[in-house]
Amino acid sequence: MPTSSVLASYSDLAYGTALVLYLLAMALHSIAFAAYAAARVPRTALAGAPTAGGDGSVATLAAPDSTLPRGKPERIGRSAVALTGLAALVHAGSLALRGAAIGRVPWANMYEFISAICFVAVAGWLVVLYRQRDAAASLQRLGGFVLLPVVVLMFLGGTVLYARAEPLIPALNSYWITIHVSAAITATGILLVSGVASVLYLVGASAGSRISARLPDATALDRLAYRTTVIALPIWTFAIITGAIWAEAAWGRYWGWDPKETCALVAWVVYAGYLHARATAGWRGRWSAWINVAGFGVMLFNLFFVNIVIAGFHSYAGL
Amino acid sequence: MTQANSVTAVVRNTWRGLTSMRTALMLLFLLAVGALPGALLPQYPLNPQRVRSYQAQHPIVAPVLDRLGFFDVFASPWFAAIYLLLFVSLIGCVLPRSLEYARQLRKAPVATPRNLGRLPHHARGEADQSADEIIASARRRLRGWRIAEREEPGGARTISAERGYLREAGNLVFHLALIGLLVAFAIGKLVGYQGQVIVLANGAQFCNSGPLAYDSFTPGRSVDGTALTPFCVQVNGFTPTYLPTGEAEGFRAALSYQGPDDLAASTWHPYQLKVNDPLRMGGTRVYLIGNGYAPRFTVTFPDGQQRSSVVQWAPVELGTMLSEGTTKFDPPGVTDDAVRRTRQLAITGLFAPTAAFRGSLLSSSFPDLLDPAVAIDILKGDLGNNSGRGQSIFSIDQSMVDSGRLKQVARSNLRPGEQLTLPDRTTVRFDGVTRFVSLQVSYDPAQPWVLGFAVLVLGGLGLSLAVKRRRFWVRVTPGGPAGTVVELGGLARTEAAGYGEEFDRIAADLLPPGTARPPVPTGASKGG
Repeated sequence: MPTSSVLASYSDLAYGTALVLYLLAMALHSIAFAAYAAARVPRTALAGAPTAGGDGSVATLAAPDSTLPRGKPERIGRSAVALTGLAALVHAGSLALRGAAIGRVPWANMYEFISAICFVAVAGWLVVLYRQRDAAASLQRLGGFVLLPVVVLMFLGGTVLYARAEPLIPALNSYWITIHVSAAITATGILLVSGVASVLYLVGASAGSRISARLPDATALDRLAYRTTVIALPIWTFAIITGAIWAEAAWGRYWGWDPKETCALVAWVVYAGYLHARATAGWRGRWSAWINVAGFGVMLFNLFFVNIVIAGFHSYAGL
Repeated sequence: MTQANSVTAVVRNTWRGLTSMRTALMLLFLLAVGALPGALLPQYPLNPQRVRSYQAQHPIVAPVLDRLGFFDVFASPWFAAIYLLLFVSLIGCVLPRSLEYARQLRKAPVATPRNLGRLPHHARGEADQSADEIIASARRRLRGWRIAEREEPGGARTISAERGYLREAGNLVFHLALIGLLVAFAIGKLVGYQGQVIVLANGAQFCNSGPLAYDSFTPGRSVDGTALTPFCVQVNGFTPTYLPTGEAEGFRAALSYQGPDDLAASTWHPYQLKVNDPLRMGGTRVYLIGNGYAPRFTVTFPDGQQRSSVVQWAPVELGTMLSEGTTKFDPPGVTDDAVRRTRQLAITGLFAPTAAFRGSLLSSSFPDLLDPAVAIDILKGDLGNNSGRGQSIFSIDQSMVDSGRLKQVARSNLRPGEQLTLPDRTTVRFDGVTRFVSLQVSYDPAQPWVLGFAVLVLGGLGLSLAVKRRRFWVRVTPGGPAGTVVELGGLARTEAAGYGEEFDRIAADLLPPGTARPPVPTGASKGG
C-alpha cells in the first residue's frame, strides 16, 4: 500500500500541536500547583525562605481533602484538565492520520509506539479523573506530574526517534501486530500513570518537602497506583502471551529468551512482586511503592535500552 | 529421640520459612534480578559470535562471568535454583490454600458480628414492616450471594452473606497454572528440537532424515536424532517483493512437500511458505527465516575438463543483499594428495544482485536480482580442507593464505556469462545466480499445553484481580418507634476497591427511604 505524504504531514502537525497543548496544560497545572500551595502552606513557611524542614506540613498532609477551599487554583487546575482533554483529541487525530497515511496500525516503530503509549497514558489519566469525580479536585493536582513524562517521551519520540511513515516490513506484517502491540501499548500507558502515582507517594512520604504538602494524601496515591496496576497487569500478561503466539508463527519458537522477551518477563515478575508486597505485612506502603517504581523502570529500560542498544529480534526500532 | 525432634523442627522451620510470603517475595525479586544479565549480556544460545567478541573485549571479567554461567543464564544452575525454590515455595503456599478453600466452599458464611457499627461499612434504619418482610426482601436483594440465616437469642434475626469466592479460585488457578506452564515448557525443551538448513530454490529437496541433513541442529536433552518426523520439502522457487525504496514487502517460497503419510504413496502437496506463516505438519513446523543468492561458476581446467558449482553466499548487507562467499574446486583427476593440494581453487569475493560500481569497487544498490555481478579473487593452492581444522563454506582458511600455501592468482569483476582466464589457461566463468532459502524446522509437542496453561494463567489472574471478596450482614431486631430496627454491616475481605458504593446501593434498597444513617468512614481499605 502506498503511503500518503499529505496525510502523514498532517499527522506530524497534529503530533506537534498535541505536544504544545500538553506543555501548556502542564504549565497551567504548575501555576495551579504553586497557587494551591500558597493558599495552603502554613504562614511560617510563606514568610521565610523555603526551608527544607517544614513544620506543620505533616499536619497538612494528613488533613482530609474535603476541608479544602475550592478556589482559584482548583479552577486553573480544571482548565488544565480541559486543555489536556483537547490535546488528547488532537493526539488521537495524529495517530489516526498516521494510520490512514500508511494503511496499517500506527505503531510499528519507536516513534509511533511512544506516541501511542503517551496517548494511552493521558487517556487513562482522564478516565481516572472521570471515574473518581468526587476526588477529582484533589487528584487533578497530579496532572502536571502525569504530563511531565508524557511531554518528555513525546519530545524524544518527535526528535531523535522520529521515523517517516512507511509500510510494514514482512516480519511485522501480521494481524498479531494489532493484537500484541496494542496490548503492550495499553499496559505500558496505564503503568506510566501507576508509576507516577508511586513516585509521588514516595515524594509525599518524605514529609516536610514543599511538594509533599500539596499532594493528595498518601492513601489516595497508593490506591491510584494499585488500581491502575491491577488493570494493567492482566493486559501486560495478555501482551506477553500474544507475543509468544506471534513468535511461534514468525520465529519458530514461542519463547527464546530474546532480550525483549526476557525484560518483559522481568517487568511482569516485578509487578507480580508489587501485588504480593501489598498483601504482605511490613511491605505495604513505601516498599511496595518502590517495587512499583522499579517495575516501571524495567518497562522504560525495555522500551529504550533493549530496542536501541541490545541486538535482538525486537531491535528494528525504525531508527 | 530429641535428635529426631530437632531434625523435624529444622525441617519444619525451613519449610515454613520457604513457603512464607516474605521468602516468596525475595525469590521473585531474585528471579527478576537474575534474569537481567540474560538480557544485558550476549548469550551463547542466541548469538555465540557476540559472546566471543564480548570475551575478546573484556579479557579480565569475561572468564569469571563465563564460569558463573552469565553467558548462558537460563541454563545456569543458579538460575534454576532460584526458580525451583520459587516454585517449591509456591506449591507450599498454594496446596494448603486449595484445601482451605475447598473447606470454605462447604461452610456457611460466618455469623453476624455483635456490633455492626464497628465495621468499615455500616448503616442503620427503622422500618414499620415486620421482621419477616424485611428478611424476605433482603433475601431477594442478596440473590447471587451465599447466604446463611440465623436467629439470635434476643429475638433478632440475621442474614450473613458472602460473595466473590471466585477471587480465591482465580488466584489458585493462576498459581497452579504457572506450575503447569513451567512443567510443559520443560517437557518441550526435553523432547523438542530445532534445525536450520539452507536449500537452493531451484527444485532442491530437504528431507528430515536426521541431524546430518541440517546445517545446524539444536536437540532437546532426550532427542538422539533418530525417529524424527519423516517429511520432505522441495523448494521450487522463491519470490521476494520489494518497494521502490528497496524495502522488502513480502517473501514467498513455492514448496512441494510430503508429510509423514505421503512418503509411501509419494504424493506431493503444493504450499506457499511465507514469513509469519509456517508449514505445519502435526507437531513439526517449517519456517521461512531467510534468503540469499548462490552464484554458479564453471571452471574449465587446462585439460578441457569442466566442473560447475552452486554454493550459497552469505548476505552481508541485508538492505541491498550484497553477499560474500567462497566457491571451492578440486582439480579433476588428480589422485596424488600432495599434487592436489597445490592445485585447489577458491573463488572468493562479493556478489551484488544489482551491481553498482564505484571505479572497480563493487557494491549493491538494490536487493532484487536486476543486474547481478561478482567481484572475485581466485586463489590457487592448498585450501586446508584436510588440515583437520573446521572449515567454513563461506570463507577461505586465512591461515593458508598467511603461510603462503594459498596464493591469489587473479582478480576480476564479472557479469553473467563473462569469464576470465588464469595464467595456467584455466578459465572461470560466472554462469548466473540461483536463489536460496533458509528454512527452520521446529518440533515441540508440549506447545499446546503451554498455550493452555498460559490461558489459564491469564484467566486466573483476571478473576483474582477483578473479583472482590466481600461480606454483608443484616440484623433485624423488633423494637424501636417504627416497629423494627434494621442494621447493616459490610466488610471487604480484600482491597475495598469500590465496595463502599456497592454497599451503599444495597443499603439504600433495604432501608426505608429517608432513614438516617452514619456516613461510611473513609480509609476503609483493610487488606485481607
